Amino acid sequence: MMSLLPSLPTIVALVKIGLLVGGLMTAAAYLVLVERWMAAWVQDRKGPNRVGIPLTKIRLFGLGQPLADGLKIILKEDFTPKHVDKVLYVAAPLVLLAASLAIFAAIPFGSSLPPIPALGLTGEEPLLVAPGLDVGVLWVFALSSIAVYGVLLGGWASNNKYGFLGGLRSSAQLVAYEIPLGLGLLGVVLAAGSLKLDAIMNAQASSGVWYAFAQPLGFIVFLIASFAEAARLPFDLPEAEQELVGGYHTEYSGIKLLLFLVSEFLHMVTAAFLIVIMFLGGWHLWGLTGSGPVETWMVALIRFAVLSAKIFGVILFFMLVRWSWPRFRFDQLMNLAWKVMLPLGLANLVTVAAVEEFRPQLVTALGEGGAKAAAIAVPWAVFFLGWIAAGLLTPSGTDNTPIRTPGPLDAEHVLGSRPHDLLEA
Amino acid sequence: MKPSDPSITWLEEKPLGLAERLYLPLFVSGLTTTARHLVSPKVTVSYPDQRPKVGNPLIYRGVHRLNRDQEGRVKCVACFLCATACPAHCIDIVAAESPWPDREKYPESFHIDELRCIFCGMCEEACPVDAIELTSLLDLTGKSREEMIFDKEKLLSVYDMTKDAEPMKSTTMGCTP
Repeated sequence: MMSLLPSLPTIVALVKIGLLVGGLMTAAAYLVLVERWMAAWVQDRKGPNRVGIPLTKIRLFGLGQPLADGLKIILKEDFTPKHVDKVLYVAAPLVLLAASLAIFAAIPFGSSLPPIPALGLTGEEPLLVAPGLDVGVLWVFALSSIAVYGVLLGGWASNNKYGFLGGLRSSAQLVAYEIPLGLGLLGVVLAAGSLKLDAIMNAQASSGVWYAFAQPLGFIVFLIASFAEAARLPFDLPEAEQELVGGYHTEYSGIKLLLFLVSEFLHMVTAAFLIVIMFLGGWHLWGLTGSGPVETWMVALIRFAVLSAKIFGVILFFMLVRWSWPRFRFDQLMNLAWKVMLPLGLANLVTVAAVEEFRPQLVTALGEGGAKAAAIAVPWAVFFLGWIAAGLLTPSGTDNTPIRTPGPLDAEHVLGSRPHDLLEA
Repeated sequence: MKPSDPSITWLEEKPLGLAERLYLPLFVSGLTTTARHLVSPKVTVSYPDQRPKVGNPLIYRGVHRLNRDQEGRVKCVACFLCATACPAHCIDIVAAESPWPDREKYPESFHIDELRCIFCGMCEEACPVDAIELTSLLDLTGKSREEMIFDKEKLLSVYDMTKDAEPMKSTTMGCTP
């Protein structure tokens, strides 16, 4: 009988998956509310504040809104147009959601729990679904590329020109921005010496220098590229409501549309997780969380709270940016990716590689503290130089003015084309 | 207009300065604008809990009322000017001989179809005795079409309801105090 029960690691993994998926889905629902609030506040409105506990008059500042929104979209007709490719049409949102959720297998959502001997957990329990995965960063990037398939399939299966254009734009944009994203990430991996995301956080905690300070250029490149990867404004060309009527999800309705929208929010959450874990120190905060192993529940909770607060802050920044800048034109988007972000990413990578290579020599020449300062000062110098060079060298604009001096073939130079020419003749 | 027309003045786009090409000042100004609006006072009126403020009740065109004179009688003299002026033909008056010595006619019945009315205020303009007026009541609702056809008693009751908050607009021609 005992042998039929799953083993302890399996139970622990299942519990973590349950917590993570439940938490993510709830978070996605509430982030919709936060996004609507932010949109309203930026536009000097109040936003949703009426829906509270159902069947009562209690309003709770509108915290019941996600329930109402969810029920509404689930109960809507799930309409499948006649002209779509049925199999791919159904598969697209599933692929997208599955990929967006599976990414979180390798993303730590806290530091770790102290040992719980009562349950037979003798060691520290990392808050990570797949703690043994040595290729965490690769897993995250591989799956976020698969998520692009969902968008592409959706656009293709819709058999609709807006959907198709949205899919095309999305593929071009994501291919272009995976490169700066990868370059920003390579610097971090090089400095931390590990592809495990929890090891990257530990490296920042033990040195006390977050990679945002040690690699400012990499941070900026990664930040901008992750906005583009999450297809948030000012990079939301794949779904540009005004041009493409929603882009790849034009033909979707009901629960399939819900899956698309939830995956979009999950993309943003993933991007926020990666930014915080790789550049903003993860669960680390000076003087509050410590940097050693987790011994008490207090430390575990504080680290979890710090990580969550940072992620929430980054998400709020994402939402604020949405209302701050207009969308790029497609040529501007491509210029930015290939002519600005790619060289800057390469410059960051070379700087980090050089600093890491010559760190032993720096320590012997300047001492421990001096080497630490130099390892921060050099990337910042490269950051300012690179930024100014990018500003000076990139084309400042496109000339869109009409032709003012007509050529010989333009209408008014052809003899007798104007009515008064005919009269004079 | 042709691009070569001499009356066109062509304005050149200013070349971007160093600060603009670095994008940082624009980045900061964009964020500060949105952040300022994020915390600025909101313009939304939470409607049923909070009444919207009517700018100037004298020129607001809401629900009609029929005014009463000092003796509490309907002021209307059934001259049909409002019904004639009405572009939506929503006023229906049946005139009868007046029981009072100071006028010849009075409205035996007076109906306004509030669903047909376009709230243009022409009836108020046309009335020679300032009997019909538009109040600043803005949320007019009903459960049936019949309910939305206001008769004389209902229009007079609108006057009774609003006379304290909104005195009669004209100060001449025997207004109520």
